[in-house]
Formats: sequence, C-alpha cells, structure tokens
Amino acid sequence: MALLEVENLKVEFPTRKGVLTAVDNVSFNVEQGEILGVVGESGAGKSMTGAAVIGLLEPPGRIGGGQIRLDGKRIDNLSPDEMRKIRGRHIGAIFQDPLTSLNPLFTVGEQLVETIRTHLPMSAAEAKKRAIGWLAEVGIPAPDRRFDQYPHQFSGGMRQRVVIALALCAEPRLIIADEPTTALDVSVQAQIIALLKRVCRERNAAAILVTHDMGVIAETADRVAVMYAGRLAEIGPVAHVLQKPSHPYTAGLMGSIPRVGPRPERLIQIEGSMPRLTDIPSGCAFNPRCPKVFAECHRVRPELRQLADGAAACLLYEGVTP
Amino acid sequence: MFVFLVRRLLQAVMVMLAVAFIAFLMFRFLGDPVNNIVSQDATQVQREEVRQRLRLDDPLVLQYGRFVVNAAKGDFGVSYRNSRPVSALLAERFPATAELVLVAAMLSLVLGIPLGIYTALKPRGVLSQGLQIMSLIGISLPTFVTGILLILVFSVWLGWLPSFGRGDVIDVGWWSTGFLTASGLKALILPSFMLCLFQLTLIMRLVRAEMLEVLRADYIKFAKARGLKSRAIHFRHALKNTLIPVVTIFGLQLGGLIAFAIITETVFQWPGMGALFIQAVNFTDVPVMAAYLVMVSLIFVIINTSVDLLYNVIDPRLRTDPTRASGKGA
Repeated sequence: MALLEVENLKVEFPTRKGVLTAVDNVSFNVEQGEILGVVGESGAGKSMTGAAVIGLLEPPGRIGGGQIRLDGKRIDNLSPDEMRKIRGRHIGAIFQDPLTSLNPLFTVGEQLVETIRTHLPMSAAEAKKRAIGWLAEVGIPAPDRRFDQYPHQFSGGMRQRVVIALALCAEPRLIIADEPTTALDVSVQAQIIALLKRVCRERNAAAILVTHDMGVIAETADRVAVMYAGRLAEIGPVAHVLQKPSHPYTAGLMGSIPRVGPRPERLIQIEGSMPRLTDIPSGCAFNPRCPKVFAECHRVRPELRQLADGAAACLLYEGVTP
Repeated sequence: MFVFLVRRLLQAVMVMLAVAFIAFLMFRFLGDPVNNIVSQDATQVQREEVRQRLRLDDPLVLQYGRFVVNAAKGDFGVSYRNSRPVSALLAERFPATAELVLVAAMLSLVLGIPLGIYTALKPRGVLSQGLQIMSLIGISLPTFVTGILLILVFSVWLGWLPSFGRGDVIDVGWWSTGFLTASGLKALILPSFMLCLFQLTLIMRLVRAEMLEVLRADYIKFAKARGLKSRAIHFRHALKNTLIPVVTIFGLQLGGLIAFAIITETVFQWPGMGALFIQAVNFTDVPVMAAYLVMVSLIFVIINTSVDLLYNVIDPRLRTDPTRASGKGA
C-alpha cells in the first residue's frame, strides 16, 4: 500500500461568479521514501494540491470531492484538531519563503522545542538536545550557540535549513515542499535541495516537491507529475517523462528548457498561455495550445491512462484516431 | 545598548529644556507678573521693589537659567492665587490624578486586548459585530458626553455610585490613596471608566486589526503546518507580534490619558492636577500652569523613553547585537 493515496481530488473556490475548480480530479500515489516532483506553470494547481493534502487550504477554498488517504486511512474528512495532530507529526511542510516562515520574535531553539514537544512526549531538556541535534543535522555550524539566536541572525539559506529542521523534527514520513528554493540564491539552491534529499533518504521519508524548476526535478525526484490547468497531464518516472514525454504539453515544457552546449538551438515556445479557471475549454484543457490537436480534443476530456512507463491524459493514447 | 540609552536620555533632556522654555515664556506673555502680586493701588515704588526682589530686571537668559535650575529642584515658585508653593499644591493633587490614570490605563489594557483578540478570532460572530459597533460609538462620542450619561444612569437613576469626588482617602506617607476604602474605590469606577473608554476602544480596534494582519503572515501558516495547537498559535505566536504596535500606541495614549484627565476631573469634580490646572487657567495663575506643563511633559518623556526601551525587550531585531555580523554567512 502506498504511503499517500490521492484519489479524484477536487479543490474548489466558491466565488460570486460560481464555483471555480482549482484542482480537478487529480489522482496519484506517493510510495514510502519516494520523492514525487510536481511541475507546472503558475496557477496549474500544484500548490493547491499540496495544501489540500496537509489540510491547509485557505478559506474559501475547500476540498470538493475525492479522497486523501495516509497509510490507507482517510485524512481529508478529519476534524480540525485530528488534522492538526497529523500536521508536523506525520506530514511536514516547507514553504517558499524562508525569510518569512519563521516567527521573528522567538529564537530558533524555542520554535524547534515547541514543535518537538507538541508532537512527542519529551522533557524540555530532551527536546533541546534533539533540537540541537537537528540543527547539526541540517548543516548549521555551532548549533549550540545558534540554538539561542533569532531568525534575523541567520542568512536566507541558513533559515531555510532551520525551516527544514522544523518540518522534520517530529519525524514525519511525508514532506510537502512547496517551491523550497525559489526565494534563495542560485548558489544556495543546490545545497538546500541536496540537504532535503539526504534527510529524506536517511529517514526513509517521502516528499512531494512542488517546483517549476525542471533541473531540481531531474536531480531530485523519483517520479514527476505534470499539472496543467488544475489537471494532471502526465505522471511517470522522472527519466522517462523528461526524456520521452508522452503528453504534448510535457514535450513543450521540456523543449523550452535551454541546454548548455556549443550551439544553442532555438528554444521551443508553447503558444498562448494557460487558461484562467473561469474559462477552461471543453474537452482537453490544453487544446487551444496543443500542436497535435484534432477535432475530438474539443469534445472529449481525456482521462489519465496507464502507459508502458507512467501515465498520461491525452486522447492520442485513447485509441481515438485523428 | 548603553550608547542607545545615553542618546535617548540626551534627547529627553533637550525636550525638557524646550518645554521649560515655553513654560518660562508664559510668565512673560501672560501679563506682568508684578500686577498679579501687588495690590491694585500699589505705588510705583512698591512695584519697583517687588520687581527688584523677584529679580525680574535680569537678562532673559539669566532668568531662564534660574527657572530651569529651580524647576529641576522641584521649585516652581508660589501660586498667585493660593500664595502656597506650587510644588506643594501639585504634590497634593498628584496622587488623585495618578490613581485615576493608572486605573483607566489598566482597564483599557485588561479589557481592550482580550476583546480585540476575540473580535479578530471570531470576526463573523454576533458578539464581535456588536462589539465593533459599540467601539465605534465609544471612539466617536466625546468623553464628557459619556461621562454625563454615566452620571445620569449610575448616580441619578440607579443611585449606585457617587457622582463626584474621590470618596474617603487614606494618607500613606505624603500619598493620599483612594484604593484602601470602599467609598474611594466606588468613586473611582465612573471616572476611570469614562477616562478609559476612548483608549479601550482604540486598543481593541488596534489589536483586532493587527491580529488579523498577523494571522495572515507566513510564519503563522508555517506554525499551522508544524501542527501547533491553535492556542499556541493565537496566544504565543500571533499575540506577541500583535503587541509591538500596541505598545507604541499605548505609550502615546498614556500621555493622552493624563491630558484627557482634565475633562474627566472637571466632570466628576475629581480633586486632581487637571482640576487644579483648570482653576489656574481661570485665574491666570501662571506658576501653576507652568509647573503643570513641565510636569506633564516630563511624564510624556518618561513614558516615551520607556516605550523605546520596551521595544528592545519585545523585538529581538532591534537589539544591537555583536554576533549578527558573524551570523551572516550562508
């Protein structure tokens, strides 16, 4: 049984103009210790999916359908307090901006000890020892001294290390990392990703890595899910999706990444832009921009179909002939 | 920290010197002080004699210097009206005002902060909406109107509370306190409530607005993601961040309370410094007015300096910190 099972997840936003569907019928699994990358353009529903899994959708957003199961147990319909006990303890989260994720008025140590003692039955002294251990674990020099310092005394990269320690200090088995390196210096990004990968591997923790950085995905993820307009376009092993993408959207996405080489080729550009949630076309959401579009695409909505390696939601694989 | 303290103290001294100068000028521009002292039919010789005795012919700077030195020693001269030392008059009146302002300030904090938190956490609740409307009334009604209404309801109609005065007071050393007698405490209720009403609503609305702002912050979202209990999130993480601007406003408003006490003291015939000041204005009793001005300014300066120091306690980012430079490397 997979660690996390997401089945037909729907995230909705009721507005005055009607209910908008930000995440539409998304299903995927995350295995024990696996790193699943989630990519897509801004507004594709990547972060929403992560927020739904950890139960932190901002109102009025809500789960409109489907199930989320952790270890086979449903977690999408728990009471707020039951869900709170899962957050941090079983599912951890890391957000984009390390500069604002830490409370400026509490020392790093206080925040770590607080998190540890919320979830684990430990004395203050034990929790402190564990907290210092975690600071060392995430590569912060002189952790004893750093324990008593405030977030503003840390640099951006160091703060993100603290955030990782905070997300992992109660040993959750799943981490949701929502663009954990976007706000960081390029030189620091690689270190943080490597750190995240190492701590997950060492603890056999799984991770959902939301990003729009294909390089990060290629280096870190085991599998990758591609989202478009709130739907899952393609999901599969990272090598396969990156090198032989099945979905035309994925192909376009891969073609738009510049390669380092002696003679740079012209970059492929996907014409147009992703539709707003208010006017998603009927049939396949990608049809206005798809280079391989045919008549049926405007009529039939493709379902995610299992292929030899991975799965894709495209009529090309549904046996419908153009 | 030490440098900061010295700098703040120097600034405070400068402010006090400026205020003392204004107070000193009052003597010059509110008529000839000699007229206030001698009788109407005094001869020119008698007048000159008084002028000589008070050394009013000395250069302005010298007189100012003398005024500052005397004021620093607590000597503000003699009241024109009562012919008693001003410092004695003020000392007599100070406890009444201090107790009134203290109780009003405490009330505004003890009620304002919890109400603000409540209305922020349950913004859609019926009680919250009601409190918001009430606070709007409290913030816009002039305090003397609410004071008179309070007297009408609780003193005239219900007859529960006295409508004027301090009740029985007990002397503790030179300090006369109303805290120790039942009638003294009863007499405090209406005036302190009237005085605190504006602060109370202001603090409540401020706490609410700040709290709503802070609850949207990323570190609150991350605190939720760490699975902290809502109590810890609201009352530890959010509240502490909320209190920074509240400290500023409260510090400023504490001075305002002393100023507003003039109105409250007039409405309730409260024998405090404010009432003394109003009398002094009526009789152009310049030494009392000058002393009041200097004294209130001194309180303002002390409060503001304390608020600045308090910031350093609450917000670690403001502490000057030698380790900061070394902690910068990624």
